[in-house]
Amino acid sequence: MSDIADRVKKIVVEHLGVEEDKVVDNASFIDDLGADSLDTVELVMAFEEEFGIEIPDDAAETIQTFGDAVKFINDAS
Amino acid sequence: MFDLTGRCALVTGASGGIGGAIAHALHGAGATVGLSGTREAPLQDLATALGARAHVLPCDLSDAAAVDALPKEAAEAMGSLDILVNNAGITRDQVFMRMSDDEWQSVLDVNLTATMRLCRGVMRPMMKARWGRIVNVSSIVGATGNAGQANYAASKAGVVGMTKSIAYEVATRGITANAVAPGFIATAMTDKLTDDQKGRLNDQIPMGRMGTPEEIAAAVLYLASPEAAYVTGTTLHVNGGMVML
Repeated sequence: MSDIADRVKKIVVEHLGVEEDKVVDNASFIDDLGADSLDTVELVMAFEEEFGIEIPDDAAETIQTFGDAVKFINDAS
Repeated sequence: MFDLTGRCALVTGASGGIGGAIAHALHGAGATVGLSGTREAPLQDLATALGARAHVLPCDLSDAAAVDALPKEAAEAMGSLDILVNNAGITRDQVFMRMSDDEWQSVLDVNLTATMRLCRGVMRPMMKARWGRIVNVSSIVGATGNAGQANYAASKAGVVGMTKSIAYEVATRGITANAVAPGFIATAMTDKLTDDQKGRLNDQIPMGRMGTPEEIAAAVLYLASPEAAYVTGTTLHVNGGMVML
């Protein structure tokens, strides 16, 4: 779990250029971390690549926060 | 002037006059080209004429699954996919009040929907690469309309609106999306016209002649080039002054 969370956090920090301590479980990519809708698509692409999983579009739409992402990837991998 | 060395370009409708000229122009600038079209033999001939850096990728643009698969096939054949030129198009002219659903739909499917599918298919690799060029071939009649071509004109105007929307969305990612709108171009299709018909057409064109496929290809080459990095969402009209927009 923590390994996945760390890897997800690294991607989010690099992609959105935010401070690591801002990336908390309930941090919304769009409302709290400054992502636009295209950033969220790119984050999902980056998660798919990092973890070797497929995230379908309807599932991607449910990934709103850092915690959502970690939970989804945890369940999927 | 324009150097596309190391870039890989997919050109649809490459078996036609304008598509072939586009492939020649991009290839001549150093790009690797993927030649797509319905008829394989002319594509093979073109690939042979071009020599190295040319790949034949037959695809029926009315087959949605085949269209969705094409960008991946092209990227695998060429190594990447940096430039997409949606040039393929069909006409099924008919007086509007007699236009059948099939005449309408088949033109929209190939000219607009297949173009959309290919644009969508190249988004992911272009976003990752932070570089991409989409050039969609529209038509003068997309802006002016034309009797007997409600389906074709609608599809070509649709291409312009879609291209602008794509341009908005991906502008910050180093990807540009533009359209080229040819006027009357001398191809196998216009060769069938009588001299009288050609004369009347030319009278409507300030330059007094039809354009050449190479003149369309030059516009596509510019929009595909690194030099056109600040040009996006535009329609480049290449029509001898027939309509000045």
